[in-house]
Amino acid sequence: MRLREIPITAWVGILGIALACFCAAFAPLIAPYGETEVVGGVWQEADAQFFFGLDNLGRDILSRLIYGARTTLSVALAATVISFSLGILLSFIAAVSGGLIDTVFSRFNDLMMSIPTLIFALVVLAVLPQHLIVLILVMAVLDSTRVYRLGRAVALDVAVMEFVEAARLRGEGTTWIIFREILPNTLSPLLAEFGLRFAFSILFLSTLSFLGLGIQPPAADWGGMVKDNKDGIIFGISAALVPGTAIAALAICVNLVVDWLLKRTSSLKGGRGDA
Amino acid sequence: MSNPTETESLPRQRFQERFPLLALVIERILLSLLLLVAVSMLIFGGVEALPGDFATTYLGQSATPQAVANIRAELGLDRPVVTRYFEWLAGAVQGDFGTSWASKNSVSEQVGNRLGNSLFLAGFAAVISVPLAVGLGMLSVHFRNRMPDKIINVISLAAISLPEFFIGYLLILYFAVNFGIATFPATVYEGMGFIERLKAIALPTATLVLVVLAHMMRMTRAAILSVMSSAYMETAELKGLSAFRAIVKHAAPNALAPIINVVALNLAYLVVGVVVVEVVFVYPGMGQYMVDAVTVRDMPVVQACGLIFAAVYIFLNMLADILAIIANPRLRHPR
Repeated sequence: MRLREIPITAWVGILGIALACFCAAFAPLIAPYGETEVVGGVWQEADAQFFFGLDNLGRDILSRLIYGARTTLSVALAATVISFSLGILLSFIAAVSGGLIDTVFSRFNDLMMSIPTLIFALVVLAVLPQHLIVLILVMAVLDSTRVYRLGRAVALDVAVMEFVEAARLRGEGTTWIIFREILPNTLSPLLAEFGLRFAFSILFLSTLSFLGLGIQPPAADWGGMVKDNKDGIIFGISAALVPGTAIAALAICVNLVVDWLLKRTSSLKGGRGDA
Repeated sequence: MSNPTETESLPRQRFQERFPLLALVIERILLSLLLLVAVSMLIFGGVEALPGDFATTYLGQSATPQAVANIRAELGLDRPVVTRYFEWLAGAVQGDFGTSWASKNSVSEQVGNRLGNSLFLAGFAAVISVPLAVGLGMLSVHFRNRMPDKIINVISLAAISLPEFFIGYLLILYFAVNFGIATFPATVYEGMGFIERLKAIALPTATLVLVVLAHMMRMTRAAILSVMSSAYMETAELKGLSAFRAIVKHAAPNALAPIINVVALNLAYLVVGVVVVEVVFVYPGMGQYMVDAVTVRDMPVVQACGLIFAAVYIFLNMLADILAIIANPRLRHPR
């Protein structure tokens, strides 16, 4: 892979993600004010001192945005990593074992998927205590159903190949087959899926926070910031749109990279491009 | 699909032979009902199995054990789970979802009013977005890999990434606050005229349309493209059929099933999108009701809304499958 072959849209995406990660990593160093520090009047207009203005309690929006990148990115990433590990592991076990295990896993997965994700999350979050860990786990488990479906389809294609059969005849265990035979051969479609799930996680987390069920105040989080500032919209104050734009921009960046990865995967396989 | 043995069900086999399509459709409907029962168990049982006691949450940490026991008895939480599940299910089937813990009002009454509002909003959004999405998808295929297609592609990619609430507030800021064309919040009440009602839901509808349009359009494009690049389309072209004839006679019948599928899937998505949009626009629908109930942990309401949303979702998916079976004869002969 040469750097020159990466299309410009993918570069935009990579740069955007890098910027967000940079903000998240060095938040206390870059942010001009503290995360929960009140520095002025309520909904003060943007000026040279406060780049995006102040929010509903007089906190600096830019600083909260930078700290929010930290919360939003880390929670979304944690949820995606867990959902991915869970989904891939279960789907590969199902694909390799077949038979009863496959049937039970897949039917249960169908059942989980027959309830819309957001509705399921609302029902579950209504009961569970409000903890960051709980939130991450709920997001991860719900999202792992989609990963499971893709993982099983991809793994089934590979599981019938000769080299897997050879490994089986050689007497290798299920664990070996999953991690040494199937995983390396399914990595590239899974990578694109990982990006897709990550973008979805960001949007989903923001939606939950917006509904007041995600990350709890006073911690800064992009979805929660929209919720905090939404009442200003009626008075023509656009404070709520700033974090909204950040969410949208990050999701677009991730999608741009995923789009490129998907195209690359399909051209590697000699597919019909975007068909 | 099960293979009925001869001794087991002769009448069933005869029925399948005489009305193969009807048998498949009935089978699909039964499957959905089964799924719905399983989902109801999941919603009810999951809520029961999860840690945390409602009575304690309800009264707060400092409640005395006696108060907790009282509230448990009052809410009926001291009886066995299975009994309560069947009571709940029997009630739900008859349209009785019990009383709300928070307001002590009948859940069904609230749901009755709000479900209509939500379906009206989602239905109106569907009427606008479906023809638009299919049209744009075809346009995009027609100009494949040329400028219009690329523009549509980039815009739709961006639209997919926008959260619903962001689109909603953007529209409110511009159309309701700055230009004053539309109204916010989207209040509807009983006895409101049809035209007034449409006016009130203009912005929420626009938000929903924007949200599903991009998804639907991209999926339509992919569905049509996969048909257009198949071998029989090449044959049609090589034997000299005009493009129009090839599309009408060969592509359209084959693309119909995937497009129907795409539309139904997105309508199901619309039902969920309604939740966020209703909260943004303070629209008195099911979604807002459910979110409010979740924040105060009003379980009967949450369970009722969850079940209804899941039921609508399952019904739309079932409809998609049935229409696909009708539109595509190949699906009638599994294996």
